Amino acid sequence: MPDAHAGAAAPSVFAVAFKDAALAALVALGLAAPMLGLVTVQTQSGIELEQHWGRVAIAVAIVFAGRLLLNLTLWRPGRKKSLGYVPPKVEARLARFAKYLAPLAILGAVVMPMLPFTERYAIDLGILVLTYVMLGWGLNIVVGLAGLLDLGYVAFYAVGAYSYALLAQYFGLSFWVCLPLAGILAAFWGVILGFPVLRLRGDYLAIVTLAFGEIIRIVLLNWYWFTGGPNGISGIPRPSFFGLDFDRGDDGFAATFGLDYSPLHRIVFLYYLILALALITNFVTIRLRRLPIGRAWEALREDEIACRSLGINTVNTKLTAFALGAMFAGFAGSFFATRQGFISPESFVFMESALILAIVVLGGMGSQFGVAVAAVVMIGGFELFREFSDYRMITFGLVMVLIMIWRPRGLVSTRSPSVFLKEKKAISGSLVQEGHG
Amino acid sequence: MIDDAPALPPELLLRVERLTMRFGGLTAVNDVSFDVRRGEITALIGPNGAGKTTVFNCITGFYKPTVGRLTLASKEGPLLLERLRDHQISRKANVARTFQNIRLFGGMTALENLLVAQHAPLMKASGLTVLGVLGIGGFNKAERAAIEKAKVWLERIGLIDRADDPAADLPYGDQRRLEIARAMCTEPVLLCLDEPAAGLNPRESLELNALLRSIRDEDGAAVLLIEHDMSVVMEISDHVVVLDYGKKISDGAPLHVRNDPKVIAAYLGVEDEEVESVENEISAEASS
Repeated sequence: MPDAHAGAAAPSVFAVAFKDAALAALVALGLAAPMLGLVTVQTQSGIELEQHWGRVAIAVAIVFAGRLLLNLTLWRPGRKKSLGYVPPKVEARLARFAKYLAPLAILGAVVMPMLPFTERYAIDLGILVLTYVMLGWGLNIVVGLAGLLDLGYVAFYAVGAYSYALLAQYFGLSFWVCLPLAGILAAFWGVILGFPVLRLRGDYLAIVTLAFGEIIRIVLLNWYWFTGGPNGISGIPRPSFFGLDFDRGDDGFAATFGLDYSPLHRIVFLYYLILALALITNFVTIRLRRLPIGRAWEALREDEIACRSLGINTVNTKLTAFALGAMFAGFAGSFFATRQGFISPESFVFMESALILAIVVLGGMGSQFGVAVAAVVMIGGFELFREFSDYRMITFGLVMVLIMIWRPRGLVSTRSPSVFLKEKKAISGSLVQEGHG
Repeated sequence: MIDDAPALPPELLLRVERLTMRFGGLTAVNDVSFDVRRGEITALIGPNGAGKTTVFNCITGFYKPTVGRLTLASKEGPLLLERLRDHQISRKANVARTFQNIRLFGGMTALENLLVAQHAPLMKASGLTVLGVLGIGGFNKAERAAIEKAKVWLERIGLIDRADDPAADLPYGDQRRLEIARAMCTEPVLLCLDEPAAGLNPRESLELNALLRSIRDEDGAAVLLIEHDMSVVMEISDHVVVLDYGKKISDGAPLHVRNDPKVIAAYLGVEDEEVESVENEISAEASS
């Protein structure tokens, strides 16, 4: 009898697997036929359509065989699902590890430009990565702590960049004066946007912030006489070392300190500047989490109605999160403008917002360390894949999908409590709400 | 704003007058008036759908009543609750509440939950965050005091050993008590509890009774509670208000209410031959 039972069950498992693989192959056929099978080529007489059905057949065959194999091995019914499960013990050990890793990472970032084998390219890449670390930390306040999904974060980055560029162009103000002004202006725009928008929740909030990001970009693009439109603003003053310019002159940075002039000085200075700005963002966020406002943000993410019953003004609380997040984007924006020396609306497209949001989500919403690691991986990885330009986006997408399967709550998925009596225990991500706006 | 709020007699804390709440064509609460006295536990009971939670939502500012006046005798004089926004109810009028389906901050620890409840004083101490970020001012002292207060409450509800555990990890009964403690951390004069005994076992129910009595006697807060568990209601309440189909059908001491034929009819129904007489009685009452 058991034999008969097994005999009846075995083909059924295979049949199910076969059917599923056939379905997947059908989907692959639908996708591959137009994408791989048809190619337009430029000929002398115009554009012609080339057909490559061989490629389609190969793609479909790979999908069919792969799916069948997976169905019969890893995904066989009854097999324990191990994918994406990390035991709590390992999770806790990782979190403890992260505690020591963070100071080490900061130390590494500080000494990196001084190492003898560091090239200019590495420092440039470091500046880029740190800019995104800072943007990620800034957005983390809005998305990770307060749970407000903001898809138009790059708008505040643009406000900061244009604030500095325009103030320098029209009033000749220096970088050090403009840096706080850019932050204040960006925060101001955060509040302006926040007032009408924050009564919306979840998906609706996301859509409106997305639209706001586009509005800012389109205004910058079309306000020709003021912002230069698509030509952007060039000749933005470079930062000075507290009044000393990085040039060959006698009162330049190099001459004053008795060094030989090197263009690297400015790059290194910019590197330390963005490192300092990013660390300030980190420090302020960590402090804010321990203050009532930070706790109110997290409480808001957990349950807005309960917050209201406890006398927390939810509108003001959301506005402060929005304004503070925007302020850090404004700082980063003015740094961006001074580093590039040239800005145009092209630098502030939706893709940037999506990238910063991806950094926050991959890092683990609310985790400072996770966000930093995600920024390094994403931006650094993006740069490494520059040579395979065509496959960059597909790799990016693949990595996102894989991480969302393995670690749906991001790299660091635990929440660390802001205060404790006896013992600080990491809180599992599955208990923490993601926020609904 | 408060100039036209009439002063209440000194023994009264809250006076609900002619409260009516309509949702479109549905009248959830119809012309309900009752008083909550200081230092008493008042129970609001009634069959399912009687409008109890709606009354609560009006008192705590989550709904704006269609008609009616809610006067609360606060420290600064009488306040009209229907004119305050929801978060002001807790701050200005010192009315706190819990929810029928527990609304704790699940991903935050028990201790953090109690600190969020002390948001207003801590916010003041942190100089609206600005001084707090810079680390100057009396914030650290204020936070220590807030933690002490939270500890006192954690001791009282027996959760001191689980202070650092996330609230969502606590057993159901503990979550109920933690929500009450959280509401008490706002230092309310009136504590509104929406079915605090729901889902509790008999032992937990007894502990809850003791906790509510101590809140009334030691903290001096009046308690207004919605409850289905009659053993709790009859045991601890000083005053019972009965709603049925949005209307008040009885009001008085527990014993009086328990023997009120209208209440018995509302809960248990009546025998067939009595239906007509009870209906007549109710319609006579309604028209008078």
